[in-house]
Amino acid sequence: MWYHKPVVNKELLQSLPNLKIVASSGVGIDHLDLNLLSSYGVKVSNTPFVVSTDTADLGMALMLASSRRLVEGYEMAVSPDTEYFPADWLGTEVSGATLGIVGMGTIGYKVAERAKAFEMKILYHNRNQRKKEEESAVGAVYCKKIDDLLQQSDFVLLAVNLTPQTHKLIGKRELELMKPTATLINISRGLVVDQDALVEALQNKTIKAAALDVTCPEPLPRDHPLLKLKNVIITPHIGSATKKTRLVMMEEMSESIQAGLAGLPVPHEVL
Amino acid sequence: LSKKVQAIYLWWHKPVIDQELLQSLPNLKVIANSGVGMDHLDLKLVASFGVKMANAPRAVSSSTADTGMALLLASARRLVEVYYIAISSSMDFCEADILGVGVAGATLGIIGMGSIGYKIALRAKAFEMNILYHNRTRRKEQEEKAVRATYCKKIDSLLQQADFVMVVVSLTPQTYNLIGKRELELMKPTATLINISRGAVVDQEALVTALQTGVIRAAALDVTYPEPLPRDHPLLKLKNVIITPHLGTRTDKATYMITEEAVENILAALNGLPIPSEVLPS
Repeated sequence: MWYHKPVVNKELLQSLPNLKIVASSGVGIDHLDLNLLSSYGVKVSNTPFVVSTDTADLGMALMLASSRRLVEGYEMAVSPDTEYFPADWLGTEVSGATLGIVGMGTIGYKVAERAKAFEMKILYHNRNQRKKEEESAVGAVYCKKIDDLLQQSDFVLLAVNLTPQTHKLIGKRELELMKPTATLINISRGLVVDQDALVEALQNKTIKAAALDVTCPEPLPRDHPLLKLKNVIITPHIGSATKKTRLVMMEEMSESIQAGLAGLPVPHEVL
Repeated sequence: LSKKVQAIYLWWHKPVIDQELLQSLPNLKVIANSGVGMDHLDLKLVASFGVKMANAPRAVSSSTADTGMALLLASARRLVEVYYIAISSSMDFCEADILGVGVAGATLGIIGMGSIGYKIALRAKAFEMNILYHNRTRRKEQEEKAVRATYCKKIDSLLQQADFVMVVVSLTPQTYNLIGKRELELMKPTATLINISRGAVVDQEALVTALQTGVIRAAALDVTYPEPLPRDHPLLKLKNVIITPHLGTRTDKATYMITEEAVENILAALNGLPIPSEVLPS
């Protein structure tokens, strides 16, 4: 299964009586009805840890590109109309700023490790608090209430998985709690954010900017307001899009399939 | 008015400091530069008029290091290219065509390990990169250990091993055209050149040829010569080049800190005190 295709529903499962395993690319399994698959006796696998580093790197890349206005700057640098670079054209500093990580799993933690090197102040919100040594290693402060994180962060980075609990986790209320100078970075799933509320927040300057590797749907319809906003960077879900990582993902998926077909324990099985 | 001027705060190289200006300002005591680079000033000429000079070294390092990392990541992950794909009116693209290169485990070669170069090493270490560096002088052992950087006495050795080459030197007669045809050919064909120093450190024509013929994979340039480039320059048209408009210190915070440093220097000079970041003609 690559990028959620084909769609696995009752119809498909009924038509494939000998289906033994669905190997899904990447770590997210929000697009799969696990109960349904289980009822047909079909095993499920994903590729959990291999994607973490590249996804964390992309989170950092988006934060830097957004704050320093990289895309806008590139356009200025190459535009046929540019005669000079205005002296008052500025971005905002990443070094020393406050980063709020929502979802401190493997990916969120790797983001924290990277952000620490930029002397960023790190806050995090997670279902569970991490161990003290893990917190100390990256200088991260736990925010039991997401509100505390939202109110203090200059950058809010979403690294949760999509579940019924995280669906529309960031909506109008959360966006209004954020600083008007803050930037939202989403490397999780489009549905974690209430997209309509986000459009409004960006248009009304409730928050300063957004950088999204994920949207709902992907890709967005071509007339969607998010594609037109100057303060938004969108990338086409490239979190794990490097040659090396994709190769390892393929290898892991093949391994899982082979094990599934041979009736052996399936590596990276999702239960 | 010209007799009243005792200090000049130079902003983005303006005003131009030449013989005519210096002669017209008999009471000028100090020129404070916004930023760290002094290559646009004739240091000997200014000194000959008894005018002191200062730059702003401390304020620039973090934001410039951040710019270097921003460009490295943007180039590796093809951020600008895929942004245009994400917003383009056509929704057709092949995933395999937009794969980037991983950063973790890759080798970063830093040319120029001053304050900015070192801050880059600190950041790159967190991205699990292997770090090589080339510098006029070798850093202390503890400094090397802290970022796990390996010294390359010869620049060739760095160029041959690096997946990303980051140029962070100041522009001097010795670093002019430091990266030319020979150096580009020593680089891996899969390597990326990132320049956050000065345009003139790189032989731009040689770079264009190298990028067009696949001698290196890509380039990301925050600085060019001149800035901006003429609108018909080949660098503006190459798909594997990201150019940014000298973002190095273009943040509100850095601008504020640079001005604070400049004011410190100016007040010291006007009060006959030692100037914190004085620059002497070498």
